[in-house]
Amino acid sequence: MRLGYAQRRRLKRIGFWALAAVIVIYTVFPFYWSIVTSMKTGSALFSVDLLPPDPVWENYHLIFAEQPFARNIGNSVLVAVAVVALSLALAVTAAFAFGRLRFRGRVGLLLAILAVSMFPQVAVLSGMFTLVRWLGLFNSLFALILTYLIFTLPFTVWVLTTFMRELPKELEEAAIVDGAKPLTILTRIYLPLLVPALATTGLLAFIVAWNEFLFALTFTLSNEMRTVPVAIALMTGGSQYELPWGQIMAASVVVTLPLIALVLVCQRMIVSGLTAGAVKG
Amino acid sequence: MSRFPSLALACLAALIFAGGGRTAGAVTLSMSCGAVGLELELCRKAAEAWSQESGHEVKIVSTPNSSTERLALYQQILAAQAGDIDVLQVDIVWPGLLGSHFVDLNDYIGAETVEAFFPALIAANTTAEGALLALPLYTDAGMLYARQDLLEKYGLNMPDTWEALTQAAEIIQAGERAAGNADFWGYVWQGRAYEGLTCNILEWVHSHGGGSFVEEDGTISIANPQAQEALSLAASWVDTISPTGVLNYSEEEARGVFQSGNAAFMRNWPYAWALGNAEDSLVKGKIAVAPLPRGPEGESTATLGGWSLAVSRYSKHPELAADLVKHMTGVAEQKRRAQESAYNPTRPALYQDADILAANPFFATLPEILDKAVARPSTVTGRHYNRVSNAIWSTVHAALSGEAPPESQTEALEARLRRIGRGGRW
Amino acid sequence: MTQAAMTGAVRKTPAASRLTRQRARAAWLFLAPSLLVLILVAAWPLLRTFAYGFTDANLADPGAAAFIGFENYRFLLTDPLWWRSVWNTVFFTVVAVSLEMVIGTIIALALNAAVPWRGGLRAAVLIPWVIPTVVAAQMWGWMYHDIHGVLNEILVGLGLIEAKLAWTADPDLAIWAVIFTDVWKTTPFVALLVLAGLQMVPRDILEAAKMDGVSGFKLFFGVILPLIRSAVLVAALFRILDSLRIFDVIYVLTGNNERTMSMSVYARQQLVDFQDVGFGSAATSLLFGIVALVSVVYLMLGRLELMRED
Repeated sequence: MRLGYAQRRRLKRIGFWALAAVIVIYTVFPFYWSIVTSMKTGSALFSVDLLPPDPVWENYHLIFAEQPFARNIGNSVLVAVAVVALSLALAVTAAFAFGRLRFRGRVGLLLAILAVSMFPQVAVLSGMFTLVRWLGLFNSLFALILTYLIFTLPFTVWVLTTFMRELPKELEEAAIVDGAKPLTILTRIYLPLLVPALATTGLLAFIVAWNEFLFALTFTLSNEMRTVPVAIALMTGGSQYELPWGQIMAASVVVTLPLIALVLVCQRMIVSGLTAGAVKG
Repeated sequence: MSRFPSLALACLAALIFAGGGRTAGAVTLSMSCGAVGLELELCRKAAEAWSQESGHEVKIVSTPNSSTERLALYQQILAAQAGDIDVLQVDIVWPGLLGSHFVDLNDYIGAETVEAFFPALIAANTTAEGALLALPLYTDAGMLYARQDLLEKYGLNMPDTWEALTQAAEIIQAGERAAGNADFWGYVWQGRAYEGLTCNILEWVHSHGGGSFVEEDGTISIANPQAQEALSLAASWVDTISPTGVLNYSEEEARGVFQSGNAAFMRNWPYAWALGNAEDSLVKGKIAVAPLPRGPEGESTATLGGWSLAVSRYSKHPELAADLVKHMTGVAEQKRRAQESAYNPTRPALYQDADILAANPFFATLPEILDKAVARPSTVTGRHYNRVSNAIWSTVHAALSGEAPPESQTEALEARLRRIGRGGRW
Repeated sequence: MTQAAMTGAVRKTPAASRLTRQRARAAWLFLAPSLLVLILVAAWPLLRTFAYGFTDANLADPGAAAFIGFENYRFLLTDPLWWRSVWNTVFFTVVAVSLEMVIGTIIALALNAAVPWRGGLRAAVLIPWVIPTVVAAQMWGWMYHDIHGVLNEILVGLGLIEAKLAWTADPDLAIWAVIFTDVWKTTPFVALLVLAGLQMVPRDILEAAKMDGVSGFKLFFGVILPLIRSAVLVAALFRILDSLRIFDVIYVLTGNNERTMSMSVYARQQLVDFQDVGFGSAATSLLFGIVALVSVVYLMLGRLELMRED
């Protein structure tokens, strides 16, 4: 059976939408399910209604009443923002060196930086713990900001180096001829072009810092210093075994919403890519 | 505190000591007990009462609900010899693991105080050398939950042997499925590859007269016909009266199935009673509890669980910390916990207390269960306990999931334990 | 070729070589902050772990650690459970990363196309990455529950499966349950990186290709993919590094079950549960070795432009 052009087009479009629908369901359904779960209490948690039979908001009230959850969110935001700012500032300069400047040992160093992210977290935990105590940073957010760089820096350096190398050489050659210093070249020429890449890597680094659990648990002690994932893990029910599932889900929903807002804000930057059409070639 | 005075440090100090304002001579102790929620609330009340009495302050440190994460956190802090937590809430099987970091409470607390607790609980918290590492805060023991209404419907008695349980579960399961509930199962328990499975296995094996893996003198006892029989029976449940999913159930998954009316019997800790009888529970008022069944040659057994309070060796004020522990585990606080949220007291006398029994009628069955409770071999195996428990749950889990024949697993486990325990010398 | 020729030509003049030297000096200045931070944060914990791998250190008595040479490694290499965890990890990595790359790229293409409600779609797709892993894994565990899990309910309702499945308990299904969860959780990461790559592709190239009548698969594989190759390769590299160290999803969903144990779960069990710092450190060092080997092979095979010395 041969299809006409219009039919094929329509089929393709249907295929595309079907695919998009499947993907959206796959990614969104669990979140939807956590919203539904957050509106249940008691035995209703063990039922499988796709809509909460009688939605209750008690869980949302409880998470803020039983612990300094607002403070925890603030901590997470503070840590994540600081980590992103530090990682990007450090990584962009490093990426400029790796991507644009020629020097001996470049590949070796790149690999060494990558190697930092090859250890499982639990292996560096106790060494990191003694380091944090030695620096006098135990139970402070600085401990988290500093140690999170071990996760975010290798990856931001690599990603930004990749993008840095993709940018056309011709851009800086004119500037070099004009006698511009490397720092000027970086800030004036490359940085504006890297905005979409920066926004993306920044967002990814933000979420890495936002989600981190093990270090946050080990390097902080008081409830006022906890970050969101730890605060959620600390929620208990009436006993050792009971899991306050509704509250955990309510907390997840609460912390997910601001991040969705952040994505929506950031995406203007992400989208404003190289539409100007650079001279790559 | 640090060799690196800096702005960061100043900020840190400000953050840590914010809201300090302590009076001279008063000490601030920090104690981990419970996490956020009800448990923490009870802990806070108890600590406040002590503060009033003693004039010292207590700061509550909340630690994760998951006991493996809590253990990992303690290990980090204790291995760094940090005195950040003075009093630690520890699982009954941890003193062997963490013992080297705790003080001997016998140095601070009189024998008459210690004697008021269940001897089995004190034994579980005492080293082979006689050091008392922790005082029991509340206890737990495995018990059998049954649907009274279904037992009556099918004209069955509460089963007192595993065989009777298996038969009753088969009858009820067949009947309920025929009546239209395709999701109905006979018996749910904790079969996930974790500590909870070790508790279940101990109950099966011990109640068949098969010992408790490693006896008090260090001999490894698991390779015996009774234990073999117990494991074969348990393996036969999977996919007949217990769902295959039970192999990844912990306490909450099992409770979910039972409480939503999808199981006739459940093995669980006492906590499930109050929740199962809550206002919105589908099985409210239909639950009966009993000691776990026994095998043909054994006696009913329950695995002893629960939490205790220990004092860190790195605490700057061990005598005050010990006093706090004494207060927390004292009669008044245990009574408060039992009345307000059904925590099981660790003192036998409290099970005769009329107020407590009025609040929790099912507590009347508990002394019988607690009397026969056996401890996991955590004291004798000391710092090897987690390895031992891991060997137990993983060999048996393989048998339950049909990857290895149950008959051969007792021998396999014996060999593994022998290797870990260097032939029983530990 | 032309580049190399040009560089050769430039080097001949003294002014150019001064420029080269100046730029090389600048490079080290630019690198210094990052390197200092990494050395401060990473050097001590990593070296310490390496060193512990050659001792019999134990957490219960950290003071008494004796040097025992390669004993830990010798035992590790003969432990069948270690090899099983290696195999589990490799299987997981290959399957999960492949799925993530394919789905992530499709999502990125969809997001890059001028579809309506692109903003909403992008936010929707990112949701999984925003939920803390520990919580996400627990949530999936709940959805996978054999009796009151919503997944079974839906699949049975749709008639896709006949009887309810024990997703996390059935040894054959458990690894797939882990894979679905991880793919769900980390695909957005891939999608975002690929999307950033796509947006660096100049529009005029796409316009020109479209003018020539290139479309669909041909446009993607012939024109777009070569242009975003670096972005895709780097995204895959970091996913591979993460997957080889996979821990929390497996730990939350199936615990210490030997059937689904990964290298990190194995190492954690030794380090934390068994307090065996020496042996656990050896396991993590070997894990590091395996990850490093895979990365180097990957970078060589991928001929990543980044790695070219020029």
